Amino acid sequence: MNHALSLKIGPATFRIGSAWRQPVEALARLYADYPDAAGKVADFTVRLEPAGLFRRWLRPSIFITGDHGLADAAPMSLTHGLLAAEMGMNLQMALGWRRHLLLHAASVERDGQALVMTGESGSGKSTLAAQLGERGWRLMGDEFALLDLATGDVLPFPRLVSLKNRAIDVLAAEAPAPRMGPLLAATAKGDIRHLVPRSDAVRRMGQGARPALLLFPRFGHAAAVRGVGQGEVFMRLTQASTNYVALGEPGFAALTRFVRSVPARAIDFPSGEEAIAMVDRLWEELA
Amino acid sequence: MNALLLVRALRDPDGVAALDDGGDGAGWNALIAMARAERLIGTLALRIGDRLVPQAVAPILADARLDAEREARQALWEADRAAEAIAPLGLPVVLLKGTAYAAAGLVAGQGRFIGDLDILVPRPSMQAVEQCLLRAGWEWVKDDPYDDAYYRQWMHELPPMIHAGRDRMIDVHHTVLPVTARQRPDAAAMIGDAVPITNELYILSPEDRLCHAVAHLLADGDLAGGLRNLWDIHCLLEGLDPVALDERAARHGIRPHVRQARRLAAALYGDGARLTFWDRIVVARLLARDGWGRERRKLLRFAFYLRSHWLRMPPAMLARHLFTKWRKGHRPA
Repeated sequence: MNHALSLKIGPATFRIGSAWRQPVEALARLYADYPDAAGKVADFTVRLEPAGLFRRWLRPSIFITGDHGLADAAPMSLTHGLLAAEMGMNLQMALGWRRHLLLHAASVERDGQALVMTGESGSGKSTLAAQLGERGWRLMGDEFALLDLATGDVLPFPRLVSLKNRAIDVLAAEAPAPRMGPLLAATAKGDIRHLVPRSDAVRRMGQGARPALLLFPRFGHAAAVRGVGQGEVFMRLTQASTNYVALGEPGFAALTRFVRSVPARAIDFPSGEEAIAMVDRLWEELA
Repeated sequence: MNALLLVRALRDPDGVAALDDGGDGAGWNALIAMARAERLIGTLALRIGDRLVPQAVAPILADARLDAEREARQALWEADRAAEAIAPLGLPVVLLKGTAYAAAGLVAGQGRFIGDLDILVPRPSMQAVEQCLLRAGWEWVKDDPYDDAYYRQWMHELPPMIHAGRDRMIDVHHTVLPVTARQRPDAAAMIGDAVPITNELYILSPEDRLCHAVAHLLADGDLAGGLRNLWDIHCLLEGLDPVALDERAARHGIRPHVRQARRLAAALYGDGARLTFWDRIVVARLLARDGWGRERRKLLRFAFYLRSHWLRMPPAMLARHLFTKWRKGHRPA
C-alpha cells in the first residue's frame, strides 16, 4: 500500500498499510520508542482503505480492514485516522489472536504481581489503569490482558491508552505533554486522545506477571466493594473474552485456573482519587 | 503482485524456503495475507507441515492448524445435530463440500475452512426437513419476503437458516445449481449413488463430489474464493478415472465445465496444462489478489459478478430480479 509501518506490541506484530500518509505518520510518532519491527514477519496485516470509489480524495473516509475485518464496519473520517489504525489492530487481536486467552481488560503490575480490571466500555478501567500507570505501577495494557495458557501469567499488550472525554483532562494533568497524542474530536465514542505508556511499560512489554487481584470497576456510583462469586466471575470473563470459544479446552483450563486462584471484587467509585485509594487498600489486603 | 505466490506455495511447499531471501519479511507477509484472504491459510499450514520456516512464521501456521482442527470439529458436530433433527424422516442426509470432506477424511478437507453446513435432500422432502430443523432450533436469516420467495421458487436450496444457540448456518439443497441455471444436474442420481459414512450421513460418490465442486465454481457464482474451490477440485481429482468422470459430467450437463476445471487445476496446482483464451481470463480472475490481501482488477471482478447472474437466470428474469434488488437498495460490492 502507499504508506506502511510495522509495529510490535507485546507478543504481536502488526503490518499497517494505509492509503493516506497521516495515520502512518501519527503512529510512527507515538510508537517511536517501541521496538523496531520494520522488515519483520507480521502476525497481522491491517489495512486503512478508502471507504468508496472517490473517498481517498473527496471527503476522505477510511474503511478499516485487514486479515480479519467486519463487512459492516462504519467508515471513519481521515481526521480520526490514528483511531482507525488503533481500531484496526484491536480488531485483528480480537478476531485472530490464538496464543493466549484474550480478556477485554486493563492490567497493571507491581512487585511481579498483576492487577486485572475488566468491565464494559465506560466502566473506568482504562482511565484507572492509566492513572495507576503514572503512579508507581507498570501499565500492562488498557484494552487486552493476555492470559498465558501454560503458565497462567498475564502478559502485557501495552498499546497506546485510549482516553475518552473527561478522562483526557484527568491524564493530561498527570502525564507530560510529549506523551499525549492529538485530540480527536467528536469520534463515534466522543473526544479521544491517546496516551503513550511510560517507558518502563514499553521496555518491559515482554514480561508477564502472576495475576493477584481481579476487579470489576464501575465509575459514577457511591463507593462500595462487593465480593463476586467464582461462578459469576467465570461467566463474566467468558463474555469479556473474544477467543474463549475458539481456544477450546486449553482456554477453559486457563480460565478455570484464573478464577480459582485470583480473588475478585466489584468496586463502585465516584472519582479517580477514591478508586485509587480503594485499589491500594484491596491490593494490601488481598494480593 | 498476484496470488500466484500462494498458488506456488500450495503446489510446491518446498519452495517457501526461498521466501525469506529478501530478509525483509515481505515474501512471507504477502503469502500469509493472501492465504488468509483466500481462506487457504489452514491448507497452506498443513501443506508446509514441519518444513523449516522463520521463527515468526511458525506460530502463525500453528494457529492456523489449530483453527482448522476446530473448524472440522465444529462442522462435524453441526452435521451430527442436523442428522439428529432430520432422523425422524428416515431420509438419507447427504453432506456436501467442506463438511463432507472433513467427515470422510479426504485430502480436500485437510486444513479447509468450513463455513456453513451444506446438505442435499430429495426435493419432495424439503418442506418436512425445514419443519424438522425449525423444531430443533434453527431459524430464518432472511426476513425479506422477496428474498424468501425467490429462494423457494428459483434456487437450489432453502433460504439459509441459522441455529439460534450455536450460531451456525445450514443450507438445505435439493440440487446443486439454481433451477434457473442452464445446466440441470441430475440430483436424484447424485442422491441415489451417495456413499454412506455413518448410519444417517452420506457423501456424494467421488465423481459427483467433483461434479458438484465444478458446478459450484464454474457454472454458478462469481469465482469469489475460487482458489480455495479450485484447490478442492485439484484434491478431488486425485485417483478419479477420467472416462467415468467424463460420463458422469455429461449426465449432469457440465462436461465442458469439468474439462475446464481439470485444465485450470492442472495449470495452477498440478503439472501444467494448455489453456484456452477463456481459461486465461478465469485464471486472471482467480489470481486477482495482492500482497496486502486486497482484491485487485475491479473491472474483471465486476464482469464475473455480472456473469454469475447471467448464468443463474434467463435475461428477462435477470432484469426483473436486478431491478427489484436495486429498488431495495442493494449495490454490488
